[in-house]
Amino acid sequence: MSNLDNLPGNLKYTTSHEWINKETDGTIAIGITQHAQELLGDMVFVESPAVGRQLKAKEECAVAESVKAAADIYAPVTGVVVAINSELGDTPEKINTDPYSAWIFKMKPDNAADVDALMDAAAYQTLVDSEAH
Amino acid sequence: MAQANLESAVNAATEGAHGFIRNLSGKEDRWGEADILPRLFYFFERLLMTLKHTPLNAAHCAMGAKMVDFGGWDMPLHYGSQLDEHHQVRRDAGMFDVSHMRVLDMRGDGVRDFLRYLLANNVDKLQSSGKALYSCLLRPDGGVIDDLIVYFMSESWFRIVVNAGTADNDIAWMIEQAAVRAPKLQISSRDDLAMIAVQGPNAPAKLWLALPGSQKLAEGLKPFNAVEWDSMFIARTGYTGEDGFEIILPATAAPSFWQTLNDVGVKPIGLGARDTLRLEAGMNLYGHDMDETINPLEAGLAWTVDLVSERDFIGKAALVTKPKTRKLIGLVLQDRGVLRDHQVVKSSHGDGEITSGSFSPTLNQSIALARVPSAVQIGDMVQVAIRDKMLAAKVVKYPFVRNGKGLI
Repeated sequence: MSNLDNLPGNLKYTTSHEWINKETDGTIAIGITQHAQELLGDMVFVESPAVGRQLKAKEECAVAESVKAAADIYAPVTGVVVAINSELGDTPEKINTDPYSAWIFKMKPDNAADVDALMDAAAYQTLVDSEAH
Repeated sequence: MAQANLESAVNAATEGAHGFIRNLSGKEDRWGEADILPRLFYFFERLLMTLKHTPLNAAHCAMGAKMVDFGGWDMPLHYGSQLDEHHQVRRDAGMFDVSHMRVLDMRGDGVRDFLRYLLANNVDKLQSSGKALYSCLLRPDGGVIDDLIVYFMSESWFRIVVNAGTADNDIAWMIEQAAVRAPKLQISSRDDLAMIAVQGPNAPAKLWLALPGSQKLAEGLKPFNAVEWDSMFIARTGYTGEDGFEIILPATAAPSFWQTLNDVGVKPIGLGARDTLRLEAGMNLYGHDMDETINPLEAGLAWTVDLVSERDFIGKAALVTKPKTRKLIGLVLQDRGVLRDHQVVKSSHGDGEITSGSFSPTLNQSIALARVPSAVQIGDMVQVAIRDKMLAAKVVKYPFVRNGKGLI
């Protein structure tokens, strides 16, 4: 089972294990959770969406590849890609060492309320706990 | 069920044949809401199944291992970092719990005659006690039931080590064949034994430290030779492309031996690194690179099949008559990305498929084994379908790495 003691309270979460940070400029940053990176193991490659791409909520848009597995990353809400974290191109392991700083891409949501409707830390914690076996 | 899905993605990558999520790198949904059926199957399987434990299970948990369901066994995937563990074996020494593999002892008169017929490789190559041979166990149509190592100990005792997931099937097949050809033969499954592999350039020196007195006996062991020492069976074999040993010992003695190895600086290595090490070493994995639908000539294992001698064996007639249309080759990805099992390989001679693909920590690029039309040659460039892209890969000779050094 994951150690979720450090689950940041200021972030939003999805059932597909992405975290979402509301930036001050109205955009959102998206990464994968501690729980997800722990299961996937050492990251070796990140494929990001193109800047300017229009995404629908739950659309497959990026891939995190560890040594052992490829995992799809989904758009948490509908919106447009405004930035990608090119630093991860050379240092994908940042997702392992500091998953909540290693954002993968940023979006401008069509509707800010969609972001507020995502799970908070407590709900995500409950989800992970309920799925643990 | 997102959790089960994510975990099964990782597990499927660890042992593809067992995974319910067929193609990790294809278009199937992995974390989302689609494909509910495989996830339901997975859920009920998990609900009904009690995972088997090796004698070292508690030791793995105490060492912080990330444990996963590996073909019904609760096994360590890694103890923190799969990459660090991989490098540890290439540069120093690591230990693997391989107790889930099955040790079989065949005893009685005429064991050699029986094995000469049962196995695709020729046990007549084994003439001195302790000598080992890698072989496939074939169906009459040439399909591979399993790959194994057989040790000749005496004319009335051969020891065989088979894969965990295929062991029950193997034993049933062996008993069926023995009933006809060698009814007095005893085939026993040694569930009282454990197996620990110690691998890496410093494996011998550290083993001497962990087992005082062993150096004298084991130092002179050549690759693919074994020796008995007290209750231990020490073989100079492995699955990493490095020097080292596979040690079979009583299950009751395994935890303290594991701890002693740890104390002399042999670090625990999980199944994740075991897979990247064997792939770099160009060693086949049953269920990925071959199975019952593939014959050894199509799996890069012609060197293990003796078609020269007069000897008859199960599967020989099929191998001699069947045209060979496919072969196993090595691939090195030329672009960024990771080659994965089941990706389609496009060549000018037709399509093929990746049978084992991963990231090579030693070479720092992606490598794979792939089955392609026989006309494909070393040095050719091919295209691999990775999600929605076609990426270039070069056909190379494998192994990719041996004794810590890249060969390509």
